[in-house]
Amino acid sequence: MSGAVIVVLNAPGGAIDRPSLEALTVARGLAETHGASLEAVLVGADPAGARAAAAQLRSPGVATALVVDHPELTVDQPDGWAAALTGIIASRAPLAVVGSGTERGNELFARVAARAGLPMAANCLAVEPSGDRYRLTRQRWAGSLLEDAWLDAQIKLLTIAPNSVPAADPVALGAAAAPVEPVAPDISADDLRLRVTSREAPERGKVSLGDAKVVVGGGRGVGSGEGFADLEELAALLGGAVGGSRVVTSAGWRPHSDQIGQTGLRIAPDVYIACGISGAIQHIVGCKAAKHILAINTDADAPIMGVADYAVIGDLHTVVPAISAELRRRGAAG
Amino acid sequence: MNILVCVKRVPATGGRILLTEDGSAIDTRHLGFTVSPHEECAVEEAVRIVEARGGTSTVLTLGPSEAEEQLREAMAIGIDRAILLETDGRDWDPVATASAIVDAIRAEEAANGPFDLILFGNESADSGGFQVGIRVAAALGRLCVSGVKALAVGDGSVVARREATGGGWESFELPMPAVVGVKEGLNLPRYPSVPGRLRARKKEVARTSPAWAAGGLEKIVLRLPQTETTVAEVIGRGAEAAPAVVDLLTKIGVVGR
Ligand SMILES: Cc1cc2nc3c(=O)[nH]c(=O)nc-3n(C[C@H](O)[C@H](O)[C@H](O)COP(=O)(O)OP(=O)(O)OC[C@H]3O[C@@H](n4cnc5c(N)ncnc54)[C@H](O)[C@@H]3O)c2cc1C
Ligand SMILES: Nc1ncnc2c1ncn2[C@@H]1O[C@H](COP(=O)(O)O)[C@@H](O)[C@H]1O
Repeated sequence: MSGAVIVVLNAPGGAIDRPSLEALTVARGLAETHGASLEAVLVGADPAGARAAAAQLRSPGVATALVVDHPELTVDQPDGWAAALTGIIASRAPLAVVGSGTERGNELFARVAARAGLPMAANCLAVEPSGDRYRLTRQRWAGSLLEDAWLDAQIKLLTIAPNSVPAADPVALGAAAAPVEPVAPDISADDLRLRVTSREAPERGKVSLGDAKVVVGGGRGVGSGEGFADLEELAALLGGAVGGSRVVTSAGWRPHSDQIGQTGLRIAPDVYIACGISGAIQHIVGCKAAKHILAINTDADAPIMGVADYAVIGDLHTVVPAISAELRRRGAAG
Repeated sequence: MNILVCVKRVPATGGRILLTEDGSAIDTRHLGFTVSPHEECAVEEAVRIVEARGGTSTVLTLGPSEAEEQLREAMAIGIDRAILLETDGRDWDPVATASAIVDAIRAEEAANGPFDLILFGNESADSGGFQVGIRVAAALGRLCVSGVKALAVGDGSVVARREATGGGWESFELPMPAVVGVKEGLNLPRYPSVPGRLRARKKEVARTSPAWAAGGLEKIVLRLPQTETTVAEVIGRGAEAAPAVVDLLTKIGVVGR
């Protein structure tokens, strides 16, 4: 049927992931505003995984769950998926296609937009139909700045910025299981040329920066690579990980994988201890999801003081070892 | 090897963003300009590949006349030549940007032969559309991977490695000519040397002025997100603060688990 709203749902391990459920919230809202039906395309590791994920969806909230059935198509073929989705769009002429603004979500939508000759708005937070256009709000500078914009196109392609809208509960969409419709996409041999040729498993063992409950971050104030020993010690005592600002990775004091911020990692620990970090917006977007931020800085007027919950004013090379010593003292005292 | 790198001039915002009164732009009166760290890595990579394998590296930007500054920066690192697609300061959306870049590449390749590799940033620092490189690749009919953090150029192909969803790494082997969108971490860019800067002043910048076009995404206004500005509670000064910090960490529940 034409004139539906389509949502693209990722289900890498058989369950629909959170950014996709956030996209579902926006897509559902759009479908209601338009008085249109909502169709879901499931992107799984393989057709069986997609089918399992489709079983999580309920009707009438989701009118149809579309499962791409192609013998050769796997997650390893980004162009293949782009071709499949472009084909679905061409045959169904939806009003809009909504997906998640993850790295891969944005990449898929950009590929589809390029093939379909349509504009695409990445990392939206809100969208409102207005005549033939959409008026939307999207992130710039990784969310440090917002842009209100018009999206003007026959078919609106947009992705939703992760963690900016509530995730939908797929079960709350209705009582009946959403009907599943297999689609056999037209994918050429050319579309299957681009494929993952090798994979490496993640390193095991170390507390990863992305998952750590405590992160001790160091900036220019640390002074050198060796200066990080104090931070390493504190992180080890707290069972946490060490991260840093771009200044310390650009200087080669730490590897880039330790960088927190717009062009590094986004973290959400229980506590972020920012040592000798001024608080540039590009750093803050990477750590603002922390539950608590403690800043240790010689400058009581540094911008980080407007973001941190707590602060210690002083030289980090005095303060940090003193905290470690106090932790040890109390640990020894029982 | 002929390599093209595309960069975008953006304001070097620091502690906070100030907007112009009408909200149409960032107030840049007191700011310098730069390019995305992703693009700095793309520039460095192009220079390294040409140093290792020979050939020519070219940097291209679509932007105002002042964007020559970012082209000279890239040439100070070691890029050989530059192309400026000069705009009148208006916003170009991703569709229009990609289309102007494609036209420039076609003209360039017709005159000087194909670019074996075209490098983009994964996303621009300011508008973050996540798409210009992918659009250019599609228009040229070349394979493209984004999010790339390691590149190995071989004879006729390039292996591009990126972080996989859920951890670990995945690699693609792309036949050249190819298009790659890179991320910071690809390499550690060098700082420009004084002789590098002097040489850059003499290098060529080819200028053309493509006609502005609407692309379907049009900025209305910029706004700062609503964030509660907290005022940090100072819990102590110097080493004497340590007991208060440990009390705090204990209260939060990250000590003694
Ligand atoms: C497009 C773009 C993307 C970027 N992406 C990122 C990113 O992902 N991550 C990132 O971090 N940055 C990023 N940046 C860079 C960012 O703008 C800042 O330059 C950077 O975050 C500053 O790092 P810093 O706080 O360590 O250094 P500075 O700003 O130099 O601050 C150093 C701080 O240390 C304090 N200090 C000095 N000595 C001591 C001492 N002995 N004890 C205690 N305190 C001390 C000073 O008072 C100061 O506050 C990006 C920039 C751009 C333009
Ligand atoms: N105006 C521009 N001039 C040259 N390259 C650009 C321009 N805008 C974007 N790019 C390139 O395309 C990449 C992705 O941009 P975007 O799609 O805006 O996120 C950037 O990192 C640049 O490499």
